[in-house]
Amino acid sequence: MSTLEIRGLEVSVITEKGPIEILRGVDLTIASGETHAIMGPNGSGKSTLAYSIAGHPKYTITGGSVTLDGVDVLAMKVDERAKAGLFLAMQYPVEIPGVSVSNFLRTAATALRGEAPKLRTWVGEVKEAMNALAMDPSFSERNVNEGFSGGEKKRHEIMQLELLKPKIAILDETDSGLDVDALRIVSEGVNRAKAANDMGVLLITHYTRILRYIKPDFVHVFANGRVVEEGGPELADKLEEKGYAEYVGN
Amino acid sequence: MSLLATNFLTPTGREEAWRFTPLNRLAGLHDGSVEVAQRESLVMKSPATQGVSFTRVSRELLAPESFSDDVIIQRAHAEVLNVAHLSVAAGCEITTPIHLGRDHHGPAGNELSRVRISVGARSHATVVMENSGEAVLGEDVEIVLEPGSSLKFVSLQEWSAKSVHAARHHAIVGKDATFQSVTVTVGGSLVRLLPTVEFAGPGASAELLGIYFATAGQHFEHRIHVDHGVPNAKSRVNYKGALAGNEAHTVWIGDVYIRAAAEGTDTYELNRNLLLSDGARADSVPNLEIETGEIIGAGHASTTGRFDDEQLFYLMSRGIAMDEARRLVVRGFFAEIIGNIKDEEIQERLMSRIDDELLKAGH
Ligand SMILES: Nc1ncnc2c1ncn2[C@@H]1O[C@H](COP(=O)(O)OP(=O)(O)OP(=O)(O)O)[C@@H](O)[C@H]1O
Ligand SMILES: [Mg+2]
Repeated sequence: MSTLEIRGLEVSVITEKGPIEILRGVDLTIASGETHAIMGPNGSGKSTLAYSIAGHPKYTITGGSVTLDGVDVLAMKVDERAKAGLFLAMQYPVEIPGVSVSNFLRTAATALRGEAPKLRTWVGEVKEAMNALAMDPSFSERNVNEGFSGGEKKRHEIMQLELLKPKIAILDETDSGLDVDALRIVSEGVNRAKAANDMGVLLITHYTRILRYIKPDFVHVFANGRVVEEGGPELADKLEEKGYAEYVGN
Repeated sequence: MSLLATNFLTPTGREEAWRFTPLNRLAGLHDGSVEVAQRESLVMKSPATQGVSFTRVSRELLAPESFSDDVIIQRAHAEVLNVAHLSVAAGCEITTPIHLGRDHHGPAGNELSRVRISVGARSHATVVMENSGEAVLGEDVEIVLEPGSSLKFVSLQEWSAKSVHAARHHAIVGKDATFQSVTVTVGGSLVRLLPTVEFAGPGASAELLGIYFATAGQHFEHRIHVDHGVPNAKSRVNYKGALAGNEAHTVWIGDVYIRAAAEGTDTYELNRNLLLSDGARADSVPNLEIETGEIIGAGHASTTGRFDDEQLFYLMSRGIAMDEARRLVVRGFFAEIIGNIKDEEIQERLMSRIDDELLKAGH
């Protein structure tokens, strides 16, 4: 049983013109087995929240705390956060020229498990994970995300989720750019990982479609860098119908 | 020991061709003050193969096929008595790579050397020339591809730290012949290579690939020159370099010359440098001269950048520690070129050398 606690998180990006405040005091608690959906307008800071938890160097934490089971996440290096059990499926996965998927996955698994996985079982494990996400085996010889279509990149993210078995996963618009079948396949992957490891999920999305497959326990409305409303699954339907007008203060 | 002829113009460092080179570190190769032993260190390491011969030929029988305005190459032409000649007979398909290497058991000393590689018409071969150990070497390698032949020429500069190496690798590519070079420079104090190509007949093509990794105090210079003097020839140049450490210096010059007669030319050259620390300097100068508009394409690109934070972040977010992430990115950067050396042992040796260079650089 794990708990990710975000308290009063304030984050800025440093630009040439000085710092710009993006997160203005975010409070969220995600426990094992729970699924939280975050919905909110473009530019409201959802990805900033995701990246800040994962430790992207672009973001400067100016206040608040993030802890995993009471341990300070913000003091950890990026790889240490992954080793502590956090995973971020990125909105825009990064291409790594010259590094094959199979080499990448094995290096990551070795780092996270503390020893190189046994070659024979590992090959089977990867095959199974790729198969489950309907990814052609040839992907393992391709370079990480290089030339992958938008949807293929997202499948690759969820395939890693299944292989790397985090305690808490943050999915940043994993549903964007997926066709109908891929949406189902990817959602099933998330649900499998959740069931297998009692994983907690923070799912950032613009659409209720994915929430039919991955049922949220809580829905949070995000606007202007903070959580402005919380509710159950019914809140998502209301947002889809009415939009964010009442939250963005006009 | 012999004293070298002095009737050559000694570069001052102000010449375009020498302005990047620290002349005082050339061990006297450029001004003739080097003391040269009659030393012939190049040997064939592969077993004898039908159609392949490696012999020493007197220079009277094997005069240079090409002119060079480089003073070190001119000295080699003037001084070297015997030419190492690797010859592949016409119409031969040599499937196993031919390995040339340096014999360090012979007399020690500085060396001027001439090498000729001839590939007969319609023959196909791979030659791997491995340079390692400690040396002061000025060398001219002339590579002649007869019509319809192909050659992959891999040259590895894995010199130890004090070595000085100035050389020309000049390919004369005949009609419908295909030349590919993979030039690797990862060791030595000063390495200055002139990978040059002239096309001798239409339909010829050349692909010049290379990598280099310079760490503190090393000077690695690659001056490419591709001379398109005939119609319908194709050239591609792709060199990638990494630099780390104080006073690590690399120079890449990419001169492509498209003469009036060279209609239908197709050329592209690329140089990418990865600066891994402060205090290192990468000079990169692509240069196209075009005398005809009737060409298929001519382009060049040159970039010098640092580690991509997004790439490192992505890898680290999967639990991979910083050092390991950098190692992956650097290996990945070079993989595109090293993949062309179809020899797993050499590939792995180079990759672990690259890991070592990165470690030396203090990451
Ligand atoms: N370097 C920067 N300079 C200025 N503004 C920036 C910079 N980086 C991020 N921002 C701003 O921070 C805000 C939050 O961006 P973020 O990517 O977190 O939004 P988001 O909620 O994920 O949006 P979307 O739904 O479009 O993915 C945006 O308004 C963005 O323009
Ligand atoms: Mg976003």
